[in-house]
Amino acid sequence: MTPQDKKFAKSHEWIKVVDDTAIVGISDHAQEALGDVTFVELPEVGSVIEAQKECGVIESVKAASDIYMPVSGKISEVNSVLDDNPEKINESPYEDGWIFKITDFNKSDLDNLMSADEYDTFLESQE
Amino acid sequence: MSTKNIIKKTVLYNQHQKLGAKMSPFGGFDMPIQYSGIINEHMATRTGATLFDTCHMGEFTFVGPNALSDLENLLTCPVESMETGQCRYGFICNEAGGVIDDQIIYRIADDEFFMVVNASTQENDFKWITSHLSENTKANNITDITAKIDLQGPKSPKIMAQLVNEPIDGMKYYRFRYNTFENTEVLVSRTGYTGEIGFEIYCPNELADKIWEKCLSIGAVPAGLGARDTLRLEMGMPLYGHEINEKTNPTATGFTKSISKNKKFIGSEIVNNVESDKLLVGIQLEGKRAGRANDVVLNSNEENIGIVTSGSFAPSINKAIAMGYVDKKYATVDTRVLLDNGRKKIEGVIVELPFYKNATGRKALKNFL
Repeated sequence: MTPQDKKFAKSHEWIKVVDDTAIVGISDHAQEALGDVTFVELPEVGSVIEAQKECGVIESVKAASDIYMPVSGKISEVNSVLDDNPEKINESPYEDGWIFKITDFNKSDLDNLMSADEYDTFLESQE
Repeated sequence: MSTKNIIKKTVLYNQHQKLGAKMSPFGGFDMPIQYSGIINEHMATRTGATLFDTCHMGEFTFVGPNALSDLENLLTCPVESMETGQCRYGFICNEAGGVIDDQIIYRIADDEFFMVVNASTQENDFKWITSHLSENTKANNITDITAKIDLQGPKSPKIMAQLVNEPIDGMKYYRFRYNTFENTEVLVSRTGYTGEIGFEIYCPNELADKIWEKCLSIGAVPAGLGARDTLRLEMGMPLYGHEINEKTNPTATGFTKSISKNKKFIGSEIVNNVESDKLLVGIQLEGKRAGRANDVVLNSNEENIGIVTSGSFAPSINKAIAMGYVDKKYATVDTRVLLDNGRKKIEGVIVELPFYKNATGRKALKNFL
């Protein structure tokens, strides 16, 4: 079930806002499509990156995929558990497999993202 | 109607659908890439038993009083010294010494042989081979009527023993036997592309489903091309189109045992006389970030010294690995290198192959029965 408390980008990142912090990860669909995640290049804490710009890389056994900022903002924290255990993204894409957090983000960028239901519809249209 | 993009299905296609495999085109066939996950299937091969659909591969037979000398001329490996029941790995080269394909030749009798080749090159291989045969050598392309299933892993001998009717005791590495499954003859060889002890089973198409299902019921786990690639890479085995192709001199692979210096064969003037300026090496990366085919290999002064031919995360070692051709003078173990994909440079070191040192492939069968 696609979690209702998150918004989604067409590039399959999810974002959840908790007070002034936004948490970002990739969707279950994305981790399933990637296969076993073997390496994550996390963004640099402190860097300020614009929405839709590449901010990291997720590698699976067979491929590498860029991660894109869902909103413009500053990287405040990264999930360092992924350094040794990148498979967390496969096991728990919406909880323990979160990738990074953003602060000072542009709230209006959230309007460009899809709700969980809209994302599900979007996925169906891709098939 | 264009036949260029027709994707074929193997006879086991429905099995993969039943198992929910992720499919992708390979060698002109819609093939299973993974079932439960590449890492799962890879580790299951190293510790248990896995089953691979390799029906897409090509099979040929050759019979005749000149079959031996024809094959001696077509293959880099020595053929005459092969005993009945033995198989051997070798390359098929063109006149320029480039590799048309790699193959395994099986000696069925003094004047009868069986050959297995890659899927994507099969048609081309048969055309090439048959245009270089004596008049009285009968060649048959039995690819379309032959199914092939690879059963691999330390638990595979116990499964094989239950699968076929005749005992498999005493089967040696790179030897084969005829056996029967139910009432039909099958060919079983102790060969494989994983490095683990295991078998390749050749049978008529009609038997494939039953053999597949029986193996699964006895405890084999289905594995796809994703794991097949990580397993062979860990063993330093070449993949046609990556480490070998029509532009590569097979001597550069380091597989010198498969290239005879004592005979003439098509391409031997170049293969045995022209030294390659590059050698195939194994590169272990610092962490889990992988190098990929076509990454540039740099020395510690960041000078271009080679190119990556294959790269991936290696589940058995928990690090990334790569193979590539590197200028001879840098192609030594412990040389530090950088792999550059144009966006990032990752650090690695040249290591001795195979990357995975505990493979069971050559061990005595009796220890696994």
